[in-house]
Amino acid sequence: MAELITYREAVAKAIAQEMRRDESVVFLGEDIAAAGGVFKATKGLLDEFGPTRVRDTPISEEAILGAAMGAAMTGMRPIAEIMFSDFLATCWDIVAVEIAKSRYMTAGQVKVPLVIRTANGGGLRFGAQHSQAVENWAMMIPGLKVVAPSTPADLIGLFAASVRSDDPVLFFEQKSLYPTKGEVPDGEIVDELGVAKTVRKGDDVTIVALAAMVPRAVTAAERLQEEHGISAEVIDLRSLVPMDTRTVLESVSRTSRLVTVEENPRLCGWGAEVVSIVGEECFWDLDAPLTRITTPHVPLPSADTLEDETLPNVDRITETVAKVVG
Amino acid sequence: MSEETRLGLYRQVVRLRRFEERAYRLFMEGLVKGTSHLSLGMEAVAAGVAEAMNPDDYTYCTYRGHAHTLARGTPMDGVMAELLGRANGVCAGKGGSMHLTSIEHGVMGSYAIIGAHLPIAVGSAWSAQLRGSDQVTVCFFGDGATNIGAFHEALNLAVVWNLPVVFVCENNLWMEYTAIADVTAVEHPAADRAAAYGLERIVVDGNDPEAVHLEAKKAIDKARSGGGPTMFEAMTYRHGGHSRADPGDYRPKEEVEEWLAKDPLPFYRQRLLDLGVDAGVLDEIEQQAQADVDAATEAAKNGPLPDIDSAFTDVWADGGSSWRN
Ligand SMILES: Cc1ncc(C[n+]2csc(CCOP(=O)(O)OP(=O)(O)O)c2C)c(N)n1
Repeated sequence: MAELITYREAVAKAIAQEMRRDESVVFLGEDIAAAGGVFKATKGLLDEFGPTRVRDTPISEEAILGAAMGAAMTGMRPIAEIMFSDFLATCWDIVAVEIAKSRYMTAGQVKVPLVIRTANGGGLRFGAQHSQAVENWAMMIPGLKVVAPSTPADLIGLFAASVRSDDPVLFFEQKSLYPTKGEVPDGEIVDELGVAKTVRKGDDVTIVALAAMVPRAVTAAERLQEEHGISAEVIDLRSLVPMDTRTVLESVSRTSRLVTVEENPRLCGWGAEVVSIVGEECFWDLDAPLTRITTPHVPLPSADTLEDETLPNVDRITETVAKVVG
Repeated sequence: MSEETRLGLYRQVVRLRRFEERAYRLFMEGLVKGTSHLSLGMEAVAAGVAEAMNPDDYTYCTYRGHAHTLARGTPMDGVMAELLGRANGVCAGKGGSMHLTSIEHGVMGSYAIIGAHLPIAVGSAWSAQLRGSDQVTVCFFGDGATNIGAFHEALNLAVVWNLPVVFVCENNLWMEYTAIADVTAVEHPAADRAAAYGLERIVVDGNDPEAVHLEAKKAIDKARSGGGPTMFEAMTYRHGGHSRADPGDYRPKEEVEEWLAKDPLPFYRQRLLDLGVDAGVLDEIEQQAQADVDAATEAAKNGPLPDIDSAFTDVWADGGSSWRN
């Protein structure tokens, strides 16, 4: 029996699943316990697990992630929340220089099994300091794993894999997805990191998307079929590091065309990496230029009309893909 | 204080001194690459604090961490080999002088970003509290770290969660090339601010191994018995420059002379002699330390260079540097 729940509800379910299973899993962050999180995604956890394991912190991002790291190094498996992913900038030293590098620098003596979960991306009119999609910040740092689920079931499964990983994972929850619903199977859900999902089969073009861009890509694919007779395959990457390039390459070698859809400023986005890998390995299979759909290189504006036009939307995806298939 | 403890402190100060004198020489000979930060003149702090710790307690230190790493019992061979970039170094040649780590000896790492390790040390203390273990975390840092935000975040969290952590500021009056007094609003950058977080104000003579030891023992015992964190500031001085071959000549001559006269090594030797310890015992300790350093140097020079393949390992728990499949 599957259950229909929201992406928001999936968060608490995922955390609870891991906390029930493993005593060493603890959860800390600002307003996560008594208040249940600013997005109400962590409601009920304090009641079930108590203040020792579910802990409100001061507004001290360096201390949150530093404490999580120190605890992870010494036997715990902390889950740390950074309220908005934009705020990762205030503790970037801990993320990029301490957490990411310790295993390597100590030749494997130190392990840092922790999950940093954070609300990422736009769509809620919050303006540029609370809406940025910043998964690219993390992706380029050796030592971090980077995950971004698009459905409630994926959220739970990938979260479980992240908590169980002996490596630090940056777990990006797309905040506009919190109210969206999806089916989750009964019982424990555990996925594997680095396995993409082909969410729609197609023959003419491969669309690679992540997080909030996945449902948009799927809607665009349906319109492409109806209005243009184009059969588009949609791949949800789900995890940027490790990245399932095999699924992407296999698909592109069949469809001969690639369009990536990313919700972040154009320069150096993860789509550029996907495009470059496909260019290197599938060049002779290609029938069209490799194409990226991104946010323009601007901070994200707030007004309805501006934000809607800035983020990749279904119209833009449909038009761009139609042109690529030609 | 027992004579045994006193001799232990003396042995440690001498070992650290001889080791770092050798490290300096090896640097000048081009055998230690990159950079190294010595704590010549500051040995009493590491020695005094480490003597008060249990084997399974945790230590965090900075890029100036040779002394703290050794004082916790990390074998000299492994440390020297790491300085020389050998495969038998404590971090297999991937860490170097600034990143000495020996988890086996509770040495959780040497952090080269100023202040970064204070919140991490708080995390180890939190973990010990959660696990119901009686391990205490000791975090060494320089006076310069007290002007970093992480210092304040860490202190606050340590107090509100009542964590078993002892913060040890080694105040050597200088940051890199700037006097701490020139850029800091209070006289004792750690101790004066401790009160703001509800901690006792403790300033220790950091060149007196016994004073450091007694103060550290109080703080560590308090942390172990659930009494929460302590901040203490040990006043000391580095004999040399900040790093490498920096002569440190930006410092006033009189200041340097004043502190050289307070060198913990001859000072402590004299105290032990005054207390009736036999000079022969102290001489033997010194000879042994020198012999250990010689042996570690030979072993390091003869150690294997790291296998090139090792550059690609330890990025992830599951091995190498690959991030795609
Ligand atoms: C965040 C950061 N800023 C600047 C530096 C460069 N830096 C290295 S050592 C140092 C001085 C630190 O002085 P102090 O904390 O007193 O420690 P000491 O070297 O005296 O042990 C500086 C500024 C750094 N490593 N990290």
